[in-house]
Order: sequence, then C-alpha cells, then structure tokens
Amino acid sequence: MNTSVAYANEARYELLRVARLPGFALPTILFPVMFYVFFGLVFGNRGGGPVHMPTYLLATYGTFGVIGPALFGFGVSLAVERGFGWLKLRRATPMPPSAYLLAKLFMAVVFAMLVAGILAGLGAAFGGVRLTAATWLSLLGALTVGCVPFCAMGLAIGAFAGPQSAPAVVNLLYLPMSLLSGLWMPLRVFPPLLQKVATFLPPYHLGEIALGSVGLSSSGEMTGHVLFLLAFGLACLGLAAIGLRRDQA
Amino acid sequence: MPQAKERAAALHAVTKRYGAVLAVDNLDLEVRRGEVLAVLGPNGAGKTTSISLLLGLLAPDAGRVELFGSAPTPAARRRIGAMLQVSYVPPTMRLEELVKLFGGYYDRPLAPGEALAAAGLADVSRRFAGQLSGGQKQRLMFALAICGRPDLVFLDEPTVGMDVEARRAFWTAIRGLAAEGRTVVLTTHYLEEADALADRIVVVNRGRVIAEGTPAEIKARSAGRRIRCVTRLSPAEVSALPGVTQVRRSGGFLEVLASRAEPAVLELLKRDPDLTDLEVTGAGLEEAFLALTETAQKEAA
Repeated sequence: MNTSVAYANEARYELLRVARLPGFALPTILFPVMFYVFFGLVFGNRGGGPVHMPTYLLATYGTFGVIGPALFGFGVSLAVERGFGWLKLRRATPMPPSAYLLAKLFMAVVFAMLVAGILAGLGAAFGGVRLTAATWLSLLGALTVGCVPFCAMGLAIGAFAGPQSAPAVVNLLYLPMSLLSGLWMPLRVFPPLLQKVATFLPPYHLGEIALGSVGLSSSGEMTGHVLFLLAFGLACLGLAAIGLRRDQA
Repeated sequence: MPQAKERAAALHAVTKRYGAVLAVDNLDLEVRRGEVLAVLGPNGAGKTTSISLLLGLLAPDAGRVELFGSAPTPAARRRIGAMLQVSYVPPTMRLEELVKLFGGYYDRPLAPGEALAAAGLADVSRRFAGQLSGGQKQRLMFALAICGRPDLVFLDEPTVGMDVEARRAFWTAIRGLAAEGRTVVLTTHYLEEADALADRIVVVNRGRVIAEGTPAEIKARSAGRRIRCVTRLSPAEVSALPGVTQVRRSGGFLEVLASRAEPAVLELLKRDPDLTDLEVTGAGLEEAFLALTETAQKEAA
C-alpha cells in the first residue's frame, strides 16, 4: 500500500461521490448563489448608502455558503455512513481513520471554495464589487479556512445524529444560526438584544472575519473572532471524539 | 491449543457488554490457519459481536483479542477482509470505484474486474451501487471483502435473506476461497450452511460456546439423545458411562449427551437409585441445536 496514493484516492472518490449527489450539490451551491443574487445583487445594488452592499453581502453570503458544505458534506454524510454500518465496514479495512476524515474535510473545503468562487465571480461581474488582488485573496482565503471549524461542527453532528434525523438537525442549526449571525441581512438592522445574541454564534465570527478582510467589519479587531472559532472548532472535535468512541465501546 | 503461528485469530476469555446485556461472555474462540470456521448460533447469540471484536471494531471489556499474533490494528487488518451486515452502500459510487477504493489499502489487491468477477458482478462493474438489487449488493460486499487478497476473510451472515439458488451460488464462491488456502470465518444461523462449508463448527449462544467440533462430530452428537436428571453422580463419573459424549452441569441438573439413551440411563439408575427428574429427549439436527441453545439459556437464567 502506498499511503499517499491511498489518501489521494480516498479524497478523490469522496469528492466524486458527493459531486454526483444532486441532493447535496444543488442546495449547497444553489441556495447561497440564489440568495446572493437576489438580496445582494438585485436589491442590494440600489441606492448609494455608505456601505457598498454587494461587497458587504459577498462576505456574509460567502460565509453562509462555506458553512453549508461543512455541515451537509461532513455532518450528514458521516451520520448516514455511521448510522447504516458503512463506516463500520470501512473501519474493518486497513484504512487509517484519518484518511476517511481528511477526505471529507477535503471535499467540504473544495465545495466551500467553489461556492465562494462563484459568489465572488457574480459579485465582480454584476455587483460592481471591486477589490485589489490582495483583498480578493484574503477574503477567499478567510472563507476557505473558515470552513474548517464548521467541518468540526459537522463531524460532531455526524458523530451523534442518526442517519434519518441528521439533515433536519443540520437545517435546524444552520439556517437560524445564519440568520441570527447576520449572514442574510446586516446585523445593524437587528434589535440590540439579537445583536448581542449574535456574538455567541460561530457564524457571526466568521462573518466578521470575512467582512474584516474587505474592510467592513464593525469591530475591526480580528483576534477575538479567530480565537472564538478556534475554541469552537476544538470543542466540536472533543465532542466528536466522544461520540465516535461510543461506537467502539 | 495449537501454536500461535498456526492461529490466524483468537479471542482469549473475552467479555463484552452493551449496558446490562452480556453479548459475549468470557469467550474463547480460535481461528486456525487455512480452516473454514462456522460460528453457528441463533440471532442475538453474540456472533456479530465476536466478529466485531476480532476485527478490532469493538474494544473488549475484558480479555484479549489476537489477529495474526498482534492486536487488531489497521496494520494487522491488511491481511484480512470482511463482509459485514451493512444496509447502505454509497449510491453514487460505481462498483469498480468502490473495489478500487477498498483495494487501495492493501499491498497486492486484485484488479477491480477480477474481484467483481469472483463475486459474479463482472457485467455490472460500471453500474452505480444505488442501482443494485439486494442480492447484488450482498455480492458487492463479498467483492469488497476479497479485493485485498486477504489471508483471512470474515463473512458475517453472508447469505441472510438470499433465496436457495443464490445461497448455493454463494457457497461456491466461499468454497473457492477455501480452495485458494484462505482462512474463512463465517457466521450463520443456518445449520445446513455450516455443515456445507465448514471444517469446524463452533456453536454459540448467549455469548458462550456451547458446542464445538467438525460438522461430522456435531451431527453425530445431534443424532444422539439428551438425558437430563438430578443426580449426586459427578460429571467425571458420568462421562465414563457407555455412549456418553458430553456431560455438563446446568443449574441443579446434570445434562448428558449420549449416542444411545438406554445403556446410559440403565447405568445412571444403577449407580444412583435416588436419581430424579429424569428426562430423555431425542435430537435431530435442528432439535439438537435447539437443545444446546436451551441449555445455555437455562444456565444463564
């Protein structure tokens, strides 16, 4: 066995498997794109406020867009494969468990980059989003890397949720969390209490980092957001480890 | 017990509980190299748990698991293949892709076409797994189990849900593995299947081994009679009686398996006139199996 070839094989097939699933590829790509086109480009383009809305919403819908593959790709597929015995069969082979998990991480990151890339292309072409090359790079980089702690969240969901209930669990967390984090509409239109609630939600922090990369963050200070996401990701990993260990106990 | 190097895998005094349920109870199980071993027992006997323990998928609560002389790690699993009871196959993967994916973790895997042909799936290798019938899925699982040319193959209830014809075809494939010199561990609740395939049968129930032997021995035992009684005679004494093949205590009872009941009963009564609760039951293959099973259940109760 050539280890690197086996890891690459695992990642390639995972990507292929998911890309062929219309139930995954369509909503995770289509929804953020649809939302961004509708709210960011069609409505957001009107009126000249102090903030360029297509740019602002590119950062927040981009954040929304990269969380989807992490939760659905990682979380739901793990829940299904674990719940129906497929993971057990995989574990009965010489496959190192890390190959399985890294392949899912790779798949989620590739889809996250794809979503972010499509939104960026639309924003530049139709929304008048004008950024320097360095700013483009830091926005897309932040979104891509920012997908990773949410993969950890997906891992934790997948380690506990049943195969049938996982999509519902993901939707119940993903959609309200995105709305309350100000990913669909700017947080400043929310009542103060809800603005306070947002600071406890992980997507808010990735949203602020993405906004910060294009100079539109309300706080301007990034370290706190990075530390929050780091702690969140680690907490999810710990939770996932507990869940996955249950299967072997 | 044979030398460690003649052993492919073993459970040494392994216990495994799920909450309050004792799934495997201080079980010793040995898989010898080159044999086809059938682990026979009713549903819930602990067969699948035993396989999971041997594969290292479950950690034992007590005891030791041995796979090719070491613990069942991913590295030790390079020499094994497994067909487990799985209700899901990624529907958007092609058969040849799945075989390639699984084979990629072994040192000298079969070509995907070869593995699929051995499972009778050569003509559907480009098909998506989601398009397979139930029987084809079962055969795909077999292809995945053998694609790494494993020395030891675990088949957990491989023919469950198959019709007679499909089962016979599957048996041929399993015999093919044995003919190649591979070690096969197969669980089943069909006596006929164990008899048709195995060199050795281990009968388990309630997580314990209740009988063990060649199919001929198991059959010989089942052709005999089961005698149950309350007696002051010791098992050692009774086992020396004519025709007695096995003696065990079961609660307050002594249980005796004998090739013929009459001479054994005559001797029993001669040596212990105070013997009570005498009961003699005959056993065909199914009945013998049930009898063995009941014994273990009563012991556990």
